[in-house]
Amino acid sequence: MPTPSRYWREIPQRYRLEANACKSCGIKFFPPRQICPECGNKELEPDKLAEKGKILTYTVIRVPPHQFVDQAPFAVGIVELEDGVKLTGQIVDCDFEDLKIGKEVKIEFRKISQEGESGILCYGYKFVPV
Amino acid sequence: MEGIVGYGAYIPRNRIKVEEIAKVWGADAPSYKKGLMLEEKSVPSPDQDTITMAVEASKNALKRAKIDPLEIGAVYIGSESHPYAVKPSGTVLAEALGAIPEVHTADFEFACKAGTEGMFVALGLVKSGFIKYGLGVGADTSQGAPGDALEYSAAAGAAAFIFGKENIVAEIHETYAFMTDTPDFWRREYQYYPQHGGRFTGDPAYFKHVQGAALGIMKKAGMEPSDFTYVIFHQPNGKFPFRVGKMLGFKKEQIETGWLVNKLGNTYSGSSPLGLTAVLDIAKPGDKILLVSYGSGAGSDAFILEATKRIEEVQDLAAKTRSILEKNKKYLEYGEYAKFRRKIRKAE
Amino acid sequence: MRDVAIIGIGMTKWGELWEKSLRDVFVESALLAVEESGVDKIDSMYIGSMSSGIFVGQEHIASLLADYMGVNPIPATRVESACASGGIALRQAFIEVASGMSDVVLAGGVEKMTDVDGYQATYALGTASDQEYEGYHGITFPGLYALIARAHMEKYGTTREQLAMVAVKNHHNGSLNPLAQFPFEVTVEAVLNSVMVADPLRILDCSPITDGAAAVVVCPAEMARTLGKPVIKITGSGHATDAIALSSRKDITWLEAVYQSGKKAFDMAGKSPKDIDIIEVHDCFTIAEICVLEALGFFEKGKGGQAVERGQTSMDGDIPVNPSGGLKSKGHPVGATGIAQIVEAVKQLRGEAEKRQVKDARIAMTQNMGGSGGSSVVHILERE
Repeated sequence: MPTPSRYWREIPQRYRLEANACKSCGIKFFPPRQICPECGNKELEPDKLAEKGKILTYTVIRVPPHQFVDQAPFAVGIVELEDGVKLTGQIVDCDFEDLKIGKEVKIEFRKISQEGESGILCYGYKFVPV
Repeated sequence: MEGIVGYGAYIPRNRIKVEEIAKVWGADAPSYKKGLMLEEKSVPSPDQDTITMAVEASKNALKRAKIDPLEIGAVYIGSESHPYAVKPSGTVLAEALGAIPEVHTADFEFACKAGTEGMFVALGLVKSGFIKYGLGVGADTSQGAPGDALEYSAAAGAAAFIFGKENIVAEIHETYAFMTDTPDFWRREYQYYPQHGGRFTGDPAYFKHVQGAALGIMKKAGMEPSDFTYVIFHQPNGKFPFRVGKMLGFKKEQIETGWLVNKLGNTYSGSSPLGLTAVLDIAKPGDKILLVSYGSGAGSDAFILEATKRIEEVQDLAAKTRSILEKNKKYLEYGEYAKFRRKIRKAE
Repeated sequence: MRDVAIIGIGMTKWGELWEKSLRDVFVESALLAVEESGVDKIDSMYIGSMSSGIFVGQEHIASLLADYMGVNPIPATRVESACASGGIALRQAFIEVASGMSDVVLAGGVEKMTDVDGYQATYALGTASDQEYEGYHGITFPGLYALIARAHMEKYGTTREQLAMVAVKNHHNGSLNPLAQFPFEVTVEAVLNSVMVADPLRILDCSPITDGAAAVVVCPAEMARTLGKPVIKITGSGHATDAIALSSRKDITWLEAVYQSGKKAFDMAGKSPKDIDIIEVHDCFTIAEICVLEALGFFEKGKGGQAVERGQTSMDGDIPVNPSGGLKSKGHPVGATGIAQIVEAVKQLRGEAEKRQVKDARIAMTQNMGGSGGSSVVHILERE
């Protein structure tokens, strides 16, 4: 079992969607980066992600990795947020037949997985229809 | 003057009907529906727990309060279903809201009363001047043993309240608490499902404490039932709040607005707090509200509130409780419900 | 830089090889390659393996495998770039020989995947995605390609049937390959009715879980000419990377690393798509073959599905794609795949591909991809 450090250090991103943006070209990055891949600038400032967006593409995972067996089948999609950042996550509270490219979704705080029956609980963002 | 500056609710979309549960156990659904006035209850998805619901309810409260989360000095969350036996729910909530690190957090547990406990303490710290804003949340994903009467009511939901002294939407005029040691319902450590005392949970437990708190706070405030536009009692089933209301001299109309249990079930620590959110959703300035919780073990917290002018400005800033309750519902069959609530024994 | 040639190939039957361990599988193919090359010693070796640590709990496999091949103390290096590990192992061997550092270098690949259950295998493959921002959310490899497929269908009108036709074609080719794991034909109906894995991809859109290895031996072309066999030169080699998280890419339907690696290989060899006689591409999923062919410039953006439907990629089409059966039918022991592509290309160029021989094949291309396109390596081989 991994130590909780790996989960813990991502908390600002998973819980609060903390991103950063290039001071020179303004592009927003999630997760935050140390250097802008577009212009090479190393000066980036803290930013936050928009909490709404549209589904760009989606799938329904029927054969999950072992730590997600209890949740399968579940939908996963890439969502383009209102600020242009693209984000991968589960789409929940949506019947599979209602999934559609372009559908508006918002971010909700959910349990993502748990490390067995005795390990830590892992939380983060998922998408739900608006 | 202190009171509520923002409030919010969260209810999972899954429902299961009383008939669906009764069918499995060969029970008589009409008697539950009539006797307990229950139709259906909310059920959490496997990815929803006390913490996730508390976060979403609190975000709705923040939308209405319109304050900087860093100004929240205390985060209290009451539940009998904290996801960890040891490790606070409150720290996750505080992190998710961005209220860290200068914040006091604590998890409360007192059967169905834990939510109003958190509210009580948060309010007290605001009133004392220790903190600028305090958050109190009641949230539960409660479990009834399969086939037990509690299985028809044990539901999931959360309500969150931010207390402060400025921009108040509901002033809190009075608080009161009424406690005794009454073992009507309990869950021992390492046990998965709670036990209860059957009819003992009625007169010496629920009715005694709810009445005691209601009478006590009205006496303290010099008020009587007719002074209130709305009253919210803890709702373990549909019948108890009306019966205790009648005993105290309240009318059905005063109770109905905050009475959600027939379609929601008993959300334990979220029960009467969610009722309060439904009342605040439609309250008018000047409306007086009595809230009385109940937690087995046993005790009641009581609050007297009065809606201010600002209430109407914030009602539409986040989803209203009745609309959350009614929209986007998904009905589960018992099998799926049993899977979601981890009632099915699986291979390791 | 010296010209480099491939002088030996080795590969045995792929499949669920219950009796064989990782070292058994690898050493068998590697010894075949050395024997076939006719050299009496190798100077160094590179081994592509994606995840021996998860699949069999064994890291440090380069030394282990060198030991069991009986070639200690030569330098042996494991190369990892997810599913592109094998192709990059060959590129490293190529660079080492071209530079003059060594003369005879073995490039191999191996994966022993059936010692874990399906969930664990799914997890292991998923580690090629961004673990914190894709894997964390439960996405799997079929899932990532399903996201690409859905977007491609939406953007270009690629049909579900066209995806199925990739599997039908590759299984047809694979049915002629005695080393293939699944050497049987499938129909469009069978693909469309197979079990859903990650909508819209079904099990017959997916490459299988496979145990297997492959190896080749490279040396300076000058030396190869003395061995009395057809000289197969590596004339182009391109390797490129891209964001491994799909969400970090500008266009989800476009495989930039494939385009870049293809361009480098074409430029180096002075060739373009019309010069290529056969190509082995990384069809880990049916949609992948379509996207790869578009990125390499064989078809316009969005036209890959139609090309398959028109038969342009069949054995008798404009450009035979995956005559070996591809990953789909031949199997996909991840780290070995890139080398197996080279083995097939060499067989085609030597005229040794038996029933699936493409007539007069003189220039072959291979494209091997890591993850959902986070890395790609392309080689062009020519018969002298």
